Amino acid sequence: MAELAPGRLVQVRSDWPEARGPAHIRTPHYLRGRRGRIVRRLGEFPNPEDLAFARPAPKLPLYHVAFDQAAIWGEGATGDELLVEIFGHWLQEVPAQ
Amino acid sequence: MAGVIEADSERLLVAIESLLAKKGLASPQEIAERIALTDAASPGQGARMVAKAWCDPAYRALMLADGTAAAEALGIPMRGAPPLGVLENTAELHHLVVCTLCSCYPRAVLGYPPFWFKSSAYRARAVRDPRGLLAEWGTVLPENVRMRVVDSTADYRWMVLPVRPAATDGWGEERLAGIVREGDMIGVTVPAAS
Repeated sequence: MAELAPGRLVQVRSDWPEARGPAHIRTPHYLRGRRGRIVRRLGEFPNPEDLAFARPAPKLPLYHVAFDQAAIWGEGATGDELLVEIFGHWLQEVPAQ
Repeated sequence: MAGVIEADSERLLVAIESLLAKKGLASPQEIAERIALTDAASPGQGARMVAKAWCDPAYRALMLADGTAAAEALGIPMRGAPPLGVLENTAELHHLVVCTLCSCYPRAVLGYPPFWFKSSAYRARAVRDPRGLLAEWGTVLPENVRMRVVDSTADYRWMVLPVRPAATDGWGEERLAGIVREGDMIGVTVPAAS
């Protein structure tokens, strides 16, 4: 996937690898399928999903992604955000609305 | 899951240390040095960084751009530690750090995490009801201050650069460092002149 620039709208994949077998995932449950906004690219890090099983772990881009807190939980203060590190292979681009 | 290891922890440690030495991965001296470094890390290290950032604009800029380099500039050992990111609180934005997946914590600059940082209650509530959580610490944010809850899920470790309290004009770095507590650098509390 092309590099995601700051401000780009993204959606976290609604994928549940833990339902298919042993898995180690750094993408929290509460963000799967949720939409957010790229804040910054943090660098490239070995894929923890491979590292955890001692497999060769290619480096993948890691992004800081902001999510609207109230939209996720249905409660909270307007304007409050969650800022979370998400690996690029969990993110899909969303067309600007 | 097969083969759960059951062993006396001291014996297990000795066995792992001798294996690491035998395979040439880490000598007993290196392990002892690492344990000493880990034990020496404390919130006082982070507080020194915060105090310097409050007094020195160039250091503050470095700290926000590269937390690891800023820690090393004060002689804090960062070799082998994950990259450190620093989140700046302002009059409009307040950061709170949590690790919902486990207990990621900037140990190199803050030491061992406080017991509640790893609790299920803190981890669940920080992302869902952060203002309610802060209120229980006596931290009430004005409504015009936005909150950013930073869920530390991957390779970075995060600390908060709090807002310098009013009525601290003319204070030196050492005195300023004395009012910065670990909770201020996690974001559950804010420092006050006292």
